[in-house]
Amino acid sequence: MIRFPKPDFESGYVLPETQTVAARAAGWECFDVVLLALALGLGTWLVLKHRRRGGIVALMLGCLAYFGFWREGCVCPVGSIQNVAQALGDSGYGVPLVVLLFFLLPLLTALFFGRTFCAGICPLGAIQDIVIVKPVRLPAWLRHALGVIPTLYLGVALLLAYAGAGYLVCRYDPFVGLFRLSATLPMLIFGGGLLLLGTVVARPYCRFLCPYGVLLGWASACSWKRVTVTPNDCVQCRLCETACPFDAIRVPSPERESEARWSRVRRMGLYLVLLPALVLAGGWTGARLMRELAAVDPRVELVAELDAEALGVKAESGSRSEAFRAAGMSEAEARAEADAVELRLHRAGLGFGGFIGLAVGLQLAGLAIGRRRVDYEPDRQHCLACGRCFAYCPREQQRRKQGSTTEDTEDTEGTRRLLCNMMRAVGTREGRS
Amino acid sequence: MDVNEKQTSRREVLRLVGRVGVLGCLASLAGMLTGRLRGGCIEAGPACKGCPDQDGCDLVTPPTVWQLDPAKCTNCGQCATDCVLAQSAVRCFHTHALCGHCKLCFGYFEPGARVLSSAAENQLCPTGAIQRRFVEDPYYAYTIEKDLCIGCSKCVHGCSMFGNGSLYLQVDHELCKNCNECSIARRCPANAFERVPVSEAYLLKGQGEEEGN
Repeated sequence: MIRFPKPDFESGYVLPETQTVAARAAGWECFDVVLLALALGLGTWLVLKHRRRGGIVALMLGCLAYFGFWREGCVCPVGSIQNVAQALGDSGYGVPLVVLLFFLLPLLTALFFGRTFCAGICPLGAIQDIVIVKPVRLPAWLRHALGVIPTLYLGVALLLAYAGAGYLVCRYDPFVGLFRLSATLPMLIFGGGLLLLGTVVARPYCRFLCPYGVLLGWASACSWKRVTVTPNDCVQCRLCETACPFDAIRVPSPERESEARWSRVRRMGLYLVLLPALVLAGGWTGARLMRELAAVDPRVELVAELDAEALGVKAESGSRSEAFRAAGMSEAEARAEADAVELRLHRAGLGFGGFIGLAVGLQLAGLAIGRRRVDYEPDRQHCLACGRCFAYCPREQQRRKQGSTTEDTEDTEGTRRLLCNMMRAVGTREGRS
Repeated sequence: MDVNEKQTSRREVLRLVGRVGVLGCLASLAGMLTGRLRGGCIEAGPACKGCPDQDGCDLVTPPTVWQLDPAKCTNCGQCATDCVLAQSAVRCFHTHALCGHCKLCFGYFEPGARVLSSAAENQLCPTGAIQRRFVEDPYYAYTIEKDLCIGCSKCVHGCSMFGNGSLYLQVDHELCKNCNECSIARRCPANAFERVPVSEAYLLKGQGEEEGN
């Protein structure tokens, strides 16, 4: 509103322009994508061909410096899942191509070569990886139980983003505050706590929270190539057994099965019968949960504020209802909008809960499948491709000495000698402790 | 050995099926999202003919940055504290072309200031970020020291209540980290925040009017 007209200056005063500092140019965003693609390619080569931990660490530190501390966070592939979900739910929101590529590139890499992104590129993973001091082995039951959390988190985050109710993963990103050197106290405590925990439980965020890791795990489970402990064949020396701080190396299945085949089949049958019940229970819980979570949506929050004022619970009007009145929107409109949001969340909660029930049920059933494994190998889904186990393998040591891959040499004598030396070394170390 | 080989090959086939499935999902997702045109159109179709925005339509959404719509802003002052940064990325901007160059500026002076001088006790701005300069009688020019501004919106409130509204809050890209989810946007009571294409990075007041004049 112009209350006072622009003066006609007689002294020849020239109006200055509004000072603005240009935004980071779009070209830089494209540069980020190219850099991500190059880093993924380099990481894949380091993990699958070069097979040296040193190279992976160098890549990791470089990416931590650039994607973490220099670029200070957004957008990262972990957060990009929400942009994609929002674009699916809200036709008014278009996901920028850069964000879509950030979402797709690591997944495609995982689909063909495993989780290289986790190993060397993700800044969230890198900052946890450098603080690992003395990793402890977690019991299998705890790993399996905690392993459900990321799936749940993924479900909730996608759901909220789909419904346009905000980006949960970004809001509770524990490390972005460290990268920016500016965080609220609760997030600082959360991030610091995770890093502290990370000294003994390796990469806690990656393994037990990261929602993008779930997707990468699924892609990696059916990957074309994969990380292996040994460059050629496993000699069953057991040296790599304790190499993995993430408990991702699977041991050969025992000669005699601990459980009779028939009992395993019966267990499987029970789980499959239980599956519909789990799905129903999940759906019901999800719908209930969403009703509570809907309260964080600004549109629902507004109606709650209006109700509180109408009932006289709150004496003075809140900032949201004040802005609402200033905008001149009718109350019925606001209520209809909030109801629509709630209904959408309710439905989505039903579907999401059902999905979680299905996921848990299938995981249980999966545990009952008998897999025969003859070699020591990384778990396809959970291996973060960090490359720590390479140096533990005597065949790898041999390969490095010879300076090339020994696909067809039958140097069993050398292997045996090396093996004996290493076993002796491990024996003395164990005897001392 | 025979059994082993059979099992491996079965697993391989399952994996291949899974891989093709995931690839298909990703491809259809990518196709669906990049095929979406700007401005809320879902996809290109017959309806595009005769659409006035057709030429300006991009097949893919360009990178975006955060801005707040000054027309929606209610100067509640939350921007100063809701940003993830210690110093908020929202600062006061001034469109000089809209300014009345008043001697008694309601964005500059404390209400009821006895003397219209630049003494600290007369200034509304808690950090003294507004500079007042004499131009010619009776007009004064007001410029903002950006580094001092904390985005408290006190001046904005005064200017929009009693003046022309030439002072307003806006996201400064010098500071903004362009978070995926803007922390201020989430809490903004007026829902004034929006993503704008990076090619038009600033929503400044009086941009459209200048062309009309």
